[in-house]
Amino acid sequence: MSISTWGWLVLAFPLAGSLLIALLYRVLSAKAAGWIGTLAIALAFACSVGALLGLLDRPADQREIASTLYDYAGAAGIPFDLGILVDPLSVFMALVVTGVSALIHLYSVAYMGSDRGYRRFFSFLNFFVFSMLLLVLAGNYVLLIVGWAFVGFASYALISFWYRRRTATDAGMKAFVINVIGDIGLVFAAILLIKELGVTDYGAVFELAPEAFTANEWTVVAICLLLIVGAIAKSAQAPLHTWLADAMEGPTPVSALIHAATMVTAGVYLIARSYPLFDLAPTAADVAAFIGLFTLLMAATIALVVTDLKRIIAFSTMSQIGYMIVGVSIGAYSAGLFHLMTHAFFKALLFMAAGSIIAAMAAIQDIDRMRGFRRAMPFTCGALIVGALALAGFPGTSGFFSKDEILAFAATRGGMYWIFAVGGYIGAILTAFYSFRIVFRVVYGEPCEEAKELEGGHLAHAEPVNPATGEVEDTDVGFPGPDHHIAEREWPMKVAMAVLAFGALFGGLIQIPGVTHVLESFLEPVFEASPIAATVHVSTTDAYIGMAVGGLCSLLGIGAAFYLYMVAPGSTLRLRDRFRRLHDFLFNRWYFDELLNALAYRPVIACGRFASGTFERVVVDGIVRGAGDGVGGLGTVVRTAQSGFVRFYALLVVAGLAGLGLYFLLAAS
Amino acid sequence: MEQVAFFAGAIGALGGAIAVIALRNPFYSVLALVVHLFSLAGLFLLLHAEFVAAAQVVVYAGAVMVLYVFVAAYVGGVEEPLWDAIPGQRILAPLIGAALFIELSIAVLGSGLKSLGDEGEVIPAGFGSPEAVGRLLLERFLIPFEAASLLLLIAAVGAVVLAARRPAPVDRGGAA
Amino acid sequence: MGTTWYLVLSALLFAIGAGGVLVRRSPLVILLCLELMLNSANLALLAFGRNLGNADAQVFAMIVMVVAACEVVVGLGLIVAMYRRRIPLDVDEARELRG
Repeated sequence: MSISTWGWLVLAFPLAGSLLIALLYRVLSAKAAGWIGTLAIALAFACSVGALLGLLDRPADQREIASTLYDYAGAAGIPFDLGILVDPLSVFMALVVTGVSALIHLYSVAYMGSDRGYRRFFSFLNFFVFSMLLLVLAGNYVLLIVGWAFVGFASYALISFWYRRRTATDAGMKAFVINVIGDIGLVFAAILLIKELGVTDYGAVFELAPEAFTANEWTVVAICLLLIVGAIAKSAQAPLHTWLADAMEGPTPVSALIHAATMVTAGVYLIARSYPLFDLAPTAADVAAFIGLFTLLMAATIALVVTDLKRIIAFSTMSQIGYMIVGVSIGAYSAGLFHLMTHAFFKALLFMAAGSIIAAMAAIQDIDRMRGFRRAMPFTCGALIVGALALAGFPGTSGFFSKDEILAFAATRGGMYWIFAVGGYIGAILTAFYSFRIVFRVVYGEPCEEAKELEGGHLAHAEPVNPATGEVEDTDVGFPGPDHHIAEREWPMKVAMAVLAFGALFGGLIQIPGVTHVLESFLEPVFEASPIAATVHVSTTDAYIGMAVGGLCSLLGIGAAFYLYMVAPGSTLRLRDRFRRLHDFLFNRWYFDELLNALAYRPVIACGRFASGTFERVVVDGIVRGAGDGVGGLGTVVRTAQSGFVRFYALLVVAGLAGLGLYFLLAAS
Repeated sequence: MEQVAFFAGAIGALGGAIAVIALRNPFYSVLALVVHLFSLAGLFLLLHAEFVAAAQVVVYAGAVMVLYVFVAAYVGGVEEPLWDAIPGQRILAPLIGAALFIELSIAVLGSGLKSLGDEGEVIPAGFGSPEAVGRLLLERFLIPFEAASLLLLIAAVGAVVLAARRPAPVDRGGAA
Repeated sequence: MGTTWYLVLSALLFAIGAGGVLVRRSPLVILLCLELMLNSANLALLAFGRNLGNADAQVFAMIVMVVAACEVVVGLGLIVAMYRRRIPLDVDEARELRG
């Protein structure tokens, strides 16, 4: 089978799955829908592997296959076609996406078991995977935007999955609005590209760009900045990051898939794919890198104090994506993408474990209430520990290799880029701290009520409430189902978590500096035109020094957490009281929500109020009613001629006759 | 001689006309119109339209006016009140009538009719005789003749329909 | 007497008739004034016919008389019907066209 066929099949299976589940809604049983969805993604993964094998068969310089289904060039007036590009980068992304998605689908089969909206969930989830694959496989910017928009919709649909929950629908809208801002940036970038170069196809753009633009010319910088707007909105980087924390209102598998492993990495993919443009606009690349650095540090500090388990992991995602953005912006393309892959593994694993724990806690998400699950849920706690180790970059885990590769590159590039290395290592310490904050809280210590219940073999139950506001709900459609599923009792959840744990632990082995460089050599043909990749080579010694520093940072962080939580419990409370202002600043997420509120939301609402209250009422209504009143007034004037008296009408007739006669007399004389 | 006849007829016609519009009692107005019609018949005679004059007297002043007299007697003479509901009608109407007359006079007395020649053609003998009119009616103007009789039929049917007694209208007490 | 005299007389009678229609309120009298106007038209017709030596005018005048008779019949029928239904015989009372 040709590679392009594999490529199209990768797209076709999830779409077919989504449509099938949606159309056969009434006929399918819930479980059948779940397995169909999972099967569709598994088949897509198989086709991605097929595409990979096909690519590997070819020599390294011939691994770019574009395939077009339909060319819209004449019809729509914009130069684009329905075409995909199968090259190492897109196949890599497709593998990551389909692989992790398949496991998450498997997890959801059990986790979402008693939810009344089960089939809708899987239809949307399949649709999401289709959109994400469309995004990564697209061969031109316009189709990328189509996939981008679809992904935004899927995210909205899944965040608001429990649609009767007010907080969930608000979060969905927030996510969608902020994503649309990113979409606007992307669309403008595409418009500029069409205006300047006349093409949107990747191959054509990257060929024409170096000739059309000189370095740092304002057009190409503008294009790249607009692409960055799109990237930071989708990947939840500052300042367009506020939606990600609220997006945790969605079910845990959604958080795992969309808001950890795949959708939020779309921005990283975009920057990596557009690297020729960013090479021409170093200013923009630097802007992106600094945004990544800022977000990295900001999110890490917030994750230190937030108490909702899923939100800690969400801010952790934000922080790690900051690393990836830094990576692809400073030229460490394969390193950034390697971190994307490992992050997908361990973050999805962390979310899955969190889902299991929250289920055990009867839907309570506050980690201050969680304690000592190590005897009640050994498997889940093991998975949690593995994920936390990978996240913290513990030596030997996948996160260790990927994170340190980026930072070593930054150090090697030298000059200004040292700041990224330094910032990255500080971030690593914070990351290690908060990951083990979770572990020491949840796994160790005196078991809490729910844990004791579970040790006794009974899963805790509670009145269904909204975890954020505490208002009482029911378990009908639109709200979470009545049952909670933990990994120890459901084999799909166990299998999925086990595979991811394996990947999180051993995934780093494909890129041990100086020993293996599977990913780097696979992606090399894509990035070979980059001048940075040509000039900056991280020597093995530097890499190992970097890894040593990184390992040290992670151990520091773990040690600090160990001390504060295990050795001297209660010291965190004392720290909080001493640094009350700082704590509140961090707890309120650096007041970014309030800032965006004041900067964007309030002025828009004020404009809206002005428009509807004053402008609409006075100007528009005035014109409309004024026109009506004017005509009515004219009518009232004319109405006096309609007195109803027949003699008056006769008078008018005779007067008209006299007038006519007068006219003819005058005309004749 | 002809001038005397003309002026007699003219005065009679004018007097009758003014009386029609001026007299308060409708019955008197009807009678005034009869006088007017007779005067006009005289004028027709002067215009060599003997048959038409005879028809005027027999049909118009005779039959039609008798109809008017019947209805005026049946309906009764209701004295019209002096006050006019339409403001300005009493002033504007004569004015406009006068304007109309002046315009027509200007048209008649103006140069347009000079070409006519005041005295007119030489009239052949038997110009307005019944024979001439009859011949015209039945030869050249047959269709108008038949159409006129159809019109009379329709009018007669209409009169019957209007005069038919209907059951007493139910008083619904609504707006009129 | 020249044709002109007849025509002027006819115009005068027509104007008087028009004025009468506009001024009077009883439908009966208004019909009478309409008769005035029709007859003045007849006079004008016959004057022209005499002038041109064409007897078609007389036929025309006959037909006008026929039409006048029909109109009188229907008009009087209306008046009688109105009287029978106790509708006041005053054209100013018929004001349904008031807008």
